[in-house]
Amino acid sequence: MSDWARVRLHVVTGKGGTGKTTVAAALAMALARDGRKVLLCEVEGRQGIARLFDVEPLPYEERLVAVAPGDGEVRALAIDAEAALLEYLDMYYRLGRAGRALDRFGVIDFATTIAPGVRDVLLTGKVFEAYRRRQRAGPPVYDHIVLDAPPTGRIARFLNVNAEVAGIAKVGPIRKQADSIMQVLQSRGTAVHLVTLLEDMPVQETADAITELSAAELSIGGIVVNQARSTPLTATTRKAIATGSLGAAELLPALKTAGLDDLSATPGTVADGLLAGAVEHVERLDLEERLLADVEALGRPVYRLPQLSDGMDLAGLYELADALCEQAMA
Amino acid sequence: MRFDVDGLLDDPATRIVVCCGSGGVGKTTTAAALGLRAAERGRSVVVLTIDPARRLAQALGLDGLDNTPRPVAGSQGHGRLDAMMLDMKRTFDEVVEGHASQAKAQQILENPFYVALSSSFAGTQEYMAMEKLGQLHAQAEADASWDLIVVDTPPSRSALDFLDAPEHLASLLDGRFVRMLLAPARGPARLLSVGLGIVTSALNKVLGAQVLTDMQTFIAACDTLFGGFRQRAEATYALLQASGTAFVVVATPEPDALREATYFVERLSSEHMPLAGLVVNRVQVEAVPALSASAAEQAAQRLADHAGEQHEATAGLLLIQADRARQRQRQDRLRKGFAGAHPEVPTVGVDALAGDVHDLDGLRRVGELLGAQ
Repeated sequence: MSDWARVRLHVVTGKGGTGKTTVAAALAMALARDGRKVLLCEVEGRQGIARLFDVEPLPYEERLVAVAPGDGEVRALAIDAEAALLEYLDMYYRLGRAGRALDRFGVIDFATTIAPGVRDVLLTGKVFEAYRRRQRAGPPVYDHIVLDAPPTGRIARFLNVNAEVAGIAKVGPIRKQADSIMQVLQSRGTAVHLVTLLEDMPVQETADAITELSAAELSIGGIVVNQARSTPLTATTRKAIATGSLGAAELLPALKTAGLDDLSATPGTVADGLLAGAVEHVERLDLEERLLADVEALGRPVYRLPQLSDGMDLAGLYELADALCEQAMA
Repeated sequence: MRFDVDGLLDDPATRIVVCCGSGGVGKTTTAAALGLRAAERGRSVVVLTIDPARRLAQALGLDGLDNTPRPVAGSQGHGRLDAMMLDMKRTFDEVVEGHASQAKAQQILENPFYVALSSSFAGTQEYMAMEKLGQLHAQAEADASWDLIVVDTPPSRSALDFLDAPEHLASLLDGRFVRMLLAPARGPARLLSVGLGIVTSALNKVLGAQVLTDMQTFIAACDTLFGGFRQRAEATYALLQASGTAFVVVATPEPDALREATYFVERLSSEHMPLAGLVVNRVQVEAVPALSASAAEQAAQRLADHAGEQHEATAGLLLIQADRARQRQRQDRLRKGFAGAHPEVPTVGVDALAGDVHDLDGLRRVGELLGAQ
């Protein structure tokens, strides 16, 4: 049973460099198991999803990027504010010709740039449309939607579309649209998940973002600790390294047994190097444990994803999706 | 080719250093470390940071946000180090106040469009960072308060945003649509073409009539500023191309960050902007270069198979080594890919530190790694 069984819209944010696109993609793949249909969206024009799945840059169109066990599907969409505005105009106002005129006069560019709130309403509006889209028979087209959202520094502002357009549009269709989007975002059908590394700044930004999201009454989901370090050291060894009681000389017999006494470096140098590496490793582990405690103190469910030493690829994504399923995030 | 960071910082002809790169690569830390190192090597430096981590900001004495440079306590040597954190809205307000009469400025500052524009992140931060750079440069030229300005760039969705934002904003505020909106107020009614009619009625439908009225008021009030916006954007652009400017591209040995760095290097070259070099942060330190990942892993396996618990400590250490060596191998490959495409770009790698940098000692340490030959 997933921790987020009621949630259909999963928003994923995190500080730049924490791997939020990767986590969003892995979550989408995890949610797609057992034959479910998932839409993975990005809104920042970075084509991060296409790169991750190693496919051609995504157009403004829902494309199949991965399949999951049991006939599940992940489709991906790169949402572009200008295309969304034209589509919106066409859908609600049938502004075929006028829409193009808007584009020609630079109005679309103007409206989406100078009035940033409008831009965000358009981007979230498209997500909202996909969320509500239904098959003719009744059930939703997508079981889940995963949004690779802007980074933590901008997330509360981005999702709080209502407040954003309040200053500009007090009445009118944009305002009405913002109100309906807000209702969904604040409902129990939505969760905003935060991705962090166990480093000072990302953890601090996660805490800040939670405060801001709560203030905007947005529903906060889990915290995904990405690239969590694991250790091959036993507790005894770790302690010996931390206290400096393990000396290079003690390693020498083992190095000989392991057949490492004829490297280009002397066994002494090798032993020193191994110890130096281990000392740094332990320091980092200590720091990560302190930060993990800080993360846990934020009072949200915490999920951990391992560091993949071979870098990120499709196999790695399935591995991360497995990890999320095992921990009941999906 | 190695990036001679000290050579760059010591050269009196270097007046502006711009640090750029994608988010999360340690740009702000690099900018601050370069500033501190330059100051401790005798330069009079001001560092303009955009959004520093709280503890780093405290270390630099940037707790108070007053949008002006303040001296950094604790910098050693004969040089001088000032630092400031950009206040985007305040900088924008000052531009408005400096270009319009008091009454008109007030009208602009209160307009909902201006409020949204000046406090949003979509391009404004980039624009204001460049505006502030221009101001600091002018001040440095006028009273010789600094001989080196180090700028951090905003955490944009793409590293290229800050190059484009000023021009984009200027062209929007000075563009065809804006001129058309203003046209009825200025000239004969025939300028109000059929096209504009469609446009305004469409906008009214979507946004509501009051929005367009606000927009028109804003644009009319800003009319006197438009020339100014464009001129300033052009002046900044020229400043970035000047010979005293040096771009330092910051990355980490990760695919995304290096890809952004590649875009950036190519873009700088096509814009004739002077690239000094690439800084690659968080390089995995090679503790035992003689021991490869696979050799370490096999050795650990042999110990586990034959010696059991007796040598488990060493086996653990070997596995740590294997992991580190593998990371390093992967990073080296990625860096080689970059160097293969751009062999002309001098590069310096900065070792990953075990902890985070949040004080002057930490910055000094990063500076040493940057400068070390």
